[in-house]
Amino acid sequence: MRKKRVGPVLPLSIVTAVFLVLVFYPPSLEFLLRLMFPTRKEVLYSRAGLPLLLGEHLVIVLVSSVGAAVIGTCIGIFATRPSGEPYRGLLSDLASLAQTLPPVAVLALAVPLMGFGFKPTVLALFLYSILPVLRNSIAGLEQVSPELKGAAAGMGMTGMQILMKVEIPLALRVMFGGIRTSIVINVGTATVGAVVGAGGLGAPIISGLVRENPAFVLQGALAAGFLAFLIDQYLAGAERRIMRTYGMTAE
Amino acid sequence: MIELQGLTKRYGEKPAVDGVDLTVPKGEVCVLIGPSGCGKTTTLKMINRMLEPTSGSVYVNGKDVLRVKPETLRRSMGYVIQYVGLFPHMRVAENIGVVPGLLGWEKARIAKRTDELLGLVGLDPPVYRDKFPRELSGGEAQRVGVARALAADPPLLLMDEPFGAVDPLNRMVLQNEFVRIQRDLHKTVVFVTHDLDEAIRVADSIVIMREGRIVQHDTPERVLAGPANKFVHDFVGQDRALKRLARYGVREVMTEPAVVRSGNLAADARDLKLKGGPRYAWVVDDEGRLTGWLNLGGLADGTDPRGAVTETDASRIGLGCDATLREALSRMLSEGIRAMPVVDESQKVIGEISLKEIEKITERVEPA
Repeated sequence: MRKKRVGPVLPLSIVTAVFLVLVFYPPSLEFLLRLMFPTRKEVLYSRAGLPLLLGEHLVIVLVSSVGAAVIGTCIGIFATRPSGEPYRGLLSDLASLAQTLPPVAVLALAVPLMGFGFKPTVLALFLYSILPVLRNSIAGLEQVSPELKGAAAGMGMTGMQILMKVEIPLALRVMFGGIRTSIVINVGTATVGAVVGAGGLGAPIISGLVRENPAFVLQGALAAGFLAFLIDQYLAGAERRIMRTYGMTAE
Repeated sequence: MIELQGLTKRYGEKPAVDGVDLTVPKGEVCVLIGPSGCGKTTTLKMINRMLEPTSGSVYVNGKDVLRVKPETLRRSMGYVIQYVGLFPHMRVAENIGVVPGLLGWEKARIAKRTDELLGLVGLDPPVYRDKFPRELSGGEAQRVGVARALAADPPLLLMDEPFGAVDPLNRMVLQNEFVRIQRDLHKTVVFVTHDLDEAIRVADSIVIMREGRIVQHDTPERVLAGPANKFVHDFVGQDRALKRLARYGVREVMTEPAVVRSGNLAADARDLKLKGGPRYAWVVDDEGRLTGWLNLGGLADGTDPRGAVTETDASRIGLGCDATLREALSRMLSEGIRAMPVVDESQKVIGEISLKEIEKITERVEPA
């Protein structure tokens, strides 16, 4: 039954290595950009090195994604308990609403309250990315068949044991998919943080736009794109490993 | 022992179960049966408190179940459901080990018990213990379901259409296995089904329910021989004589077979004839295995009996010793013969069933 997985065009390890070289050995990136923009005097964003920007970017993504994953999952679990069921529709609607708010608008609203920088950026990303987590938690937990939960209860499991031993393991794939989506969204969207001075890979993009230097824009966009791709691929690998321990093939 | 007293479950105005009184003695299989919506499953679910009664009470070994915490209560009863309910993310061994795990058994003890149970339900432990449920056939999954219910050796088993999702052939095998296991384990079992043949096969007593009430509670023989009213009469159907036959195993009814050895055909045939013997005899080889039959009736004195022998495949006319009289009758009718040899696993002839013996059984009326 197991489908043979089609290997990627380039092994993930090589893509990762290329990415790391470009980030941590600036001359390589500079060489590349000079090839593409031979007439530009300045091709490398100079105010901060890529390793620092990457670090800032990762911290923003990490904090907002962990927040969205934890809170979204908890709300999802609550909404699928008998006591939370009446609120399920309301909670899903709220999460959908949060995703319709453009992060830039959230930033604009949050800056007067929270100041510039890290905090409003994390809030905007958190709100923007909680929906996939919540939606997938509810969908995943809902799809566990009532017969199975009945069997678990009939064997003498408590509500908590049914959740931990039956529902979550069976919903894990879908739940994890939501978290993965939310992280990838955040890697891309975190670039807007540069608008309010949160740094990150958005900084060269903003600067490039202001100074009309496409080389800057490209290096920020390239790095963010690479990063999103790599994180997605590594999470997919982790997902496959988790599924294997539960005997499910991950297509 | 299980005792239900005035057990009632109401959904709104309409009672699903209406004042049921029932005693299931220790070690007996009580089958609840009736058309859908008669309240049989609802009754079952009130025993382990999957549903709470509106009124009335359930006593298990004299204890009111409403005074026991539901989780504790359920861990002390095996529970088998129609959809098997094996956890797809757990291996077979983990599935069987769920209740022992909840009860805090040690890993080694659970592993030992798991293998023991796999053996009991006829699954080879090294082959099956590490499989996932999706790698099992319907029948195998159902066996694992039974093993899981037996895991912590509960004195009580609740079975809700346990073989309902299995094809008819496997179903019969599972029923026979269940009867075999129950013969050794003597659990107190409440068994819900809508299949009368199944009820007759496994029950010590049958409870026929209709619209939440018990219509008749009796042994299978008596339900079939003397339906309490028109409803039961219609429910058991016109072929109840045939159904009764399913209660009897051929082993209990078979008679001494008339056998001739193929190596000693003429002498054995003559002996049987002298005894004023039967019209047929089974031909066996030196090991006692069935090879054919001899038409003694058509055999004139002094002729070579070899001409009257019909070689046949033992699997065609031999009845397995686990078969019921109903199967025996059906086979006789389809083969157009009046008697069949009963053979053991190695095809040795151990007995004989004739139409005459079956008639005797159907004429026998159980005292009410």
